[in-house]
Amino acid sequence: MSNGCACQSQVTREHMDEVDRLIAPCRGQSGNLIQVLHKAQNIVGYLPREVQLKVAEGLDVPLARVYGVVSFYSLFTTVPRGRHKISVCAGTACYVRGSSQLLDRLSEDLQVRPGGTSQDGEFSLDVVRCVGACGLGPVVTVDDDVYARVHTEKLSDILALYTKE
Amino acid sequence: MKPVMITIDGLRVEAEAGAPVLEAAKKAGIKIPTLCYLKEINEIGACRVCLVEVQGARALQASCVTPVSEGMVVRTNTPAIRQARKLNLELIMSNHLRECLTCHRSTNCELQQLASDLGIVELRFAGEMPPYDPDLSSPSLVRDPRKCILCRRCVSVCEKVQQVGAIAPQERGFNTVIAPAFLDPLGSVACVNCGQCALVCPTAAIHEKDQVAEVWAALADPRKHVVVQTAPATRVSIGEMFGLEPGSVATGKMVAALRRLGFDKVFDTDFTADLTIMEEGSELLRRLEEGGQLPLITSCSPGWIKFIEHFYPDMLGHLSSCKSPQQMFGALAKTYYAQKAGLDPEDIFVVSIMPCTAKKFEAGREEMNGSGHTDVDVVLTTRELGRMLKEAGVDFNALAEEEYDAPFGITTGAGVIFGATGGVMEAALRTAYELVTGNSLVSLDFQEVRGLDGVKEASVNLNGTTLNVAVAHGLGNARELLERVKSGRQYHFIEIMCCPGGCIGGGGQPIPTNREIREKRSAGIYRADASMPLRKSHENPAVQALYKEFLGEPLGHKSHQLLHTGYTPRDRH
Repeated sequence: MSNGCACQSQVTREHMDEVDRLIAPCRGQSGNLIQVLHKAQNIVGYLPREVQLKVAEGLDVPLARVYGVVSFYSLFTTVPRGRHKISVCAGTACYVRGSSQLLDRLSEDLQVRPGGTSQDGEFSLDVVRCVGACGLGPVVTVDDDVYARVHTEKLSDILALYTKE
Repeated sequence: MKPVMITIDGLRVEAEAGAPVLEAAKKAGIKIPTLCYLKEINEIGACRVCLVEVQGARALQASCVTPVSEGMVVRTNTPAIRQARKLNLELIMSNHLRECLTCHRSTNCELQQLASDLGIVELRFAGEMPPYDPDLSSPSLVRDPRKCILCRRCVSVCEKVQQVGAIAPQERGFNTVIAPAFLDPLGSVACVNCGQCALVCPTAAIHEKDQVAEVWAALADPRKHVVVQTAPATRVSIGEMFGLEPGSVATGKMVAALRRLGFDKVFDTDFTADLTIMEEGSELLRRLEEGGQLPLITSCSPGWIKFIEHFYPDMLGHLSSCKSPQQMFGALAKTYYAQKAGLDPEDIFVVSIMPCTAKKFEAGREEMNGSGHTDVDVVLTTRELGRMLKEAGVDFNALAEEEYDAPFGITTGAGVIFGATGGVMEAALRTAYELVTGNSLVSLDFQEVRGLDGVKEASVNLNGTTLNVAVAHGLGNARELLERVKSGRQYHFIEIMCCPGGCIGGGGQPIPTNREIREKRSAGIYRADASMPLRKSHENPAVQALYKEFLGEPLGHKSHQLLHTGYTPRDRH
């Protein structure tokens, strides 16, 4: 199963080489696991099996441990993410002010479940627990932009800012 | 370090500085309940069942991870403590598949025992079940996440003691599951099937693949001639399934019990252990004479074999080409024995009783058909045999001792000691010394290779040539020894056993198996050896007859075909 076969890989040779260069100075240093995974994800965009395998080999950590860390932290993803990341706040204040309707509408419009990525690869949709702007709820963030007091009607205008820019 | 004085439940207790409160209490005769704790292996305070009150501490403390300190005042039995322990256990039980009546570990389950000890007679929380199905992919082990309490003992043993790391906690929160990477099936990853995980599991979340039904079916089939072989280490542990002291030598009772079950012949793997010494000893001498690859490393332990195939494939050339005694037995049962008994090998069904879960995998390796048939049909662990005997109503303790059948029941003490770490080495040295020097050994006991030290070394003088040998047990120790070889240390012969203590500590042995029990079983093995009239493999008359009548000579053509094998490099992950 986990033979590292890359025949169906969508990871480019350049990215894999860059991951190799990232691992080289940390060879055998299991303590660097999280940082290396973080940087590898920044390079590749996500952490597919062959990247995790490379990290396990390089840092001399059992693959089961590597996947354990990847599947534990919500920061890590094993599927390619969209070009833009939408996060809907589901903290208490945003929730009572209707963030779940926003999430439903986004799921429907983009045809994607929370945690997933739209078919065209443009948007991924996530739920976050409080972005610390409770007075502005319900809050939606797209990449590094924060949108306050969002209504379902405002959503399409917001998304339009990011489509085919 | 200087001992410290602490107070536990009003008693003044001297404790080793830095020791967990739990151990200090134990010494003082106070039993604190535990679930995830495994001394020196898994001390992580995960289950919170061992809570105690430490004066001055803000909250109740997990006593398995709280070190003692001078003047500490501990209470272990207050209403608050009892309530908290109980609540924690109730929560652990809330998502545990509570099918105790039909569970493999029923009456030998730590969770069940603890629920009883803590007086839980009502389930206040019946929660959701973990969203995972049992993993049946491994030929040796079954993982059932629905029974897992996430104590992580299996993970610690796999990663720290065996240094395999096949499983780890995956996912998060309620979805946490102990599994291989990507939740791949266990049968598809670099698991060596040693079963040490099953040995330490407090519940039935990891257990041996149960093949008792296949053996009942064979025994009930009138066309089948069903023969059984018993591994050396099973005779000193099977008694534990019936309340005997660990290490009780129950060879004769086990033979009698197997006859009661209806086996046509009861044979002993010790016979092919003796044969292994003849073949492997000859292989060693040949490599020494002809400048072959050294050190030669033993190949009896299937967990070790799979380990080297996965993790040190470049060192496969060091392995002896000898099949394990189990597999030699199967190959001979369906050739030599079939001929002698006038049976069609097709009708012979070979069952092994092994202390081992990896033997199940080994029997299924596709190259294990030197006889033209599957050499060994079914492997049962010591635990499965115990269950079979109970099912059949065999009163084990009341049985009179019986003898094995000839010819594969004629054995020596050298075969018996294969069951303990260092035993194969000692058996080989007994024979090699006498064959090479032509002198009789004054003492047959090679103490340097006995005992539970992780890596043991010795040098033996054979007619002016010094033979450097080493022994390791437990795969973490095996790794250390292999690294020594890689770094240029000169050895001629190495014995490696997968499980801590050797086969007496195998993954198919009765639960519990811990250091103290390993020592007792090991002592039983050496007592059994000392009581044998013959103690050197080359003096086994049945082995001598086998060569004369059938095999010819060690490493001969027939041996090569039936008793030797090859290995497969495998991926690390």
